[in-house]
Amino acid sequence: MTPNVERCAAVSTHRLSKTFGAQYALRNVDLEVQAGEFVAIFGPNGAGKTTLIRILSTLTKATSGEVVIEGHPLNKDSGKIRCKIGVIGHQTFLYENLTAEENLKFYARLYRVKKANDRITQLLRDVGLETRRKDQVRTFSRGMQQRLSIARSLLHDPSLLLLDEPYTGLDQHASKMLTSWLTRLRERRQTTLMVTHDLERGVDLADRIAILVRGKVVFNDLRANVDRSAFRQVYYDLVEKHNRQR
Amino acid sequence: MIKNNKTANTLVNLLSASVLLGMVVNLYLIFQFAPEERTMGHVQRIFYFHVPSAWVSFLAFFVVFVYSIAYLWKREQKYDIVAVSAAEIGVIFATLVLVTGPVWARPVWNTWWEWTPRLTLFLVLWFIYVAYLMLRKFVEGDERVARFSAVFGIVGFIDVPIVYMSIRLWRDIHPSPVIAGGEGSGLHPDMRITLFFSLFVFTVLFFWLLIQRIRLEKISVTVNEIKKQMAY
Amino acid sequence: MIHSIFTIAAKDFVSELRGKEMVLSMLVFSLMVAVVFNFALPPGSDAIEEAAPGILWMIFIFASVLGMNRTFVYEVDKGCLQGLMLAPVDRVVIYISKLLVNFSFIFLVELMVLPLFSIFFKLDFATGIWPLLFVLFINTLGLAIVGTLFSAISVNTKTREVMLPILQFPVTVPIIMSAVEATSAVLQGQEWSVIWGWSKIGIVFDVVFFVVAFHTFEFVIEE
Repeated sequence: MTPNVERCAAVSTHRLSKTFGAQYALRNVDLEVQAGEFVAIFGPNGAGKTTLIRILSTLTKATSGEVVIEGHPLNKDSGKIRCKIGVIGHQTFLYENLTAEENLKFYARLYRVKKANDRITQLLRDVGLETRRKDQVRTFSRGMQQRLSIARSLLHDPSLLLLDEPYTGLDQHASKMLTSWLTRLRERRQTTLMVTHDLERGVDLADRIAILVRGKVVFNDLRANVDRSAFRQVYYDLVEKHNRQR
Repeated sequence: MIKNNKTANTLVNLLSASVLLGMVVNLYLIFQFAPEERTMGHVQRIFYFHVPSAWVSFLAFFVVFVYSIAYLWKREQKYDIVAVSAAEIGVIFATLVLVTGPVWARPVWNTWWEWTPRLTLFLVLWFIYVAYLMLRKFVEGDERVARFSAVFGIVGFIDVPIVYMSIRLWRDIHPSPVIAGGEGSGLHPDMRITLFFSLFVFTVLFFWLLIQRIRLEKISVTVNEIKKQMAY
Repeated sequence: MIHSIFTIAAKDFVSELRGKEMVLSMLVFSLMVAVVFNFALPPGSDAIEEAAPGILWMIFIFASVLGMNRTFVYEVDKGCLQGLMLAPVDRVVIYISKLLVNFSFIFLVELMVLPLFSIFFKLDFATGIWPLLFVLFINTLGLAIVGTLFSAISVNTKTREVMLPILQFPVTVPIIMSAVEATSAVLQGQEWSVIWGWSKIGIVFDVVFFVVAFHTFEFVIEE
């Protein structure tokens, strides 16, 4: 890694490790996400995908290794980093008793978003929920909640978007909407890191693909270099190979 | 985690021997050497178990406090192991206080329980550290268990002086029957010697129990790790 | 920081206004217990007047545990606590806003229960209303300070709601004593120095444990 590359990278991890007791959740992970890149990370259950997102989003601390996000080292400037990242997980982070508007206003205030009202109106329009603005979130379907969650995560215009298995629990229609949304974000060159089980959708959206097995990065290449039709087999082979090792 | 360190083993064996010897000597002192108390008779000898148990209990809970802080600071499991070991021993000795108290009280005051400052304090203390142990039982995840109990270990110990202050004030307002010839009142030098020796032996006993319990916990942790790795 | 505290607290107030879960359950519970106690004690006896402060605070303590469990369960259920932790606010801000919310609701319920309690038990609080409110304030604050910290712990345990009282009751013994004795002193019309003596313990408790909770809360909610 030359210094030049490091400065351009939105996210860069160097020998990132996370242990729980004697168990390694992540083992010496070296990963880079360039500005404007959409990176998809695949892996079986227990591979450490969620742990990776949690460390990058400042929820958990790494056991060892360095992480730099948008030029800020993770262990020092977590406050500044949180202003710049948006997270979409399989939980919506939405308050059911409050309306869509109230939820967004709440997060806008926490993130000190300027001209919040305009931004909220814009985002609600973008996710197609402006008619449900004054309705309580408890009346929303899962797909609608996920859409509102997307709006929530984009309120403060984050430079980095982290997605943790966003397709979980979504039906066909909602999944389609999410995909079209992510495609739009990709066209806008939104730096994104998505971990997912969904091979097809992930490969379609990604600029770069990585595979995590047992906490190690076993594959990391540009999407352009990957043969889409053969990828599923490649994935299974790698997972099997590394699962057998200790 | 388990090292077969020859010097460590020899030292611990030495300690075991001294504990055994010390307890035997202590028993002699308590039952033969110490003079019989004027008003209470032989029952008073429980005093030489009751007071040192209270002391050891405090010592144990102080260890929990210190190692809880150490764990939150350094995040190394070894500190948590010491904390839980000390807490268990503390609860055992607190139970001893709560048992020897009534056993002493019954023949002397004709009642099984009196809300004396010490007994009341130890009742509350007992509940605090039993809560500590229960918390550990009902939390999942080693790291979480250690973290939560460290926080509670700190809160619990800081509470102790405040609990004591409030009990004292309560007793001032609702005084308990005055006990003639209570423990504080002028100890015969031989009694004093016996008490101090008992305190000393109990303290050494505490450290010996602590070391044994820590060893046990380390083995348990290692076994669990092996189990996890095999399942994976 | 104050801005964030009020934002989070305001959100909880609005939510509670909609659902009324916390206040209603605490209120109904308190009134039921008061009635049950009334049947448990022989009517019109001196025993009632002596026991009244104790009964009152028993009610408040149980009701407060009931209520405080709710504030964190509500956050944990949809991952909202994580949402708060992802935001650029200090962890301790979450503690203070939850403390504010817990205290306000418990205090509110206490104010509603007090007049009804005095009617049921035929007590006269009117003469000592200001000292009484002071006692209520100091001791409720103590319950909330410790309870907010402990409910953040207990919401993460297997036994959830049951864990909070197990942790809370032994630790808040000084508050229980201070509250009952001071209330008793107010009822008996004793002079201020007695009430103040007990309140000092409550104040020490509040200050000490606020500082402890302030520094240890982040360890509880971190992942």
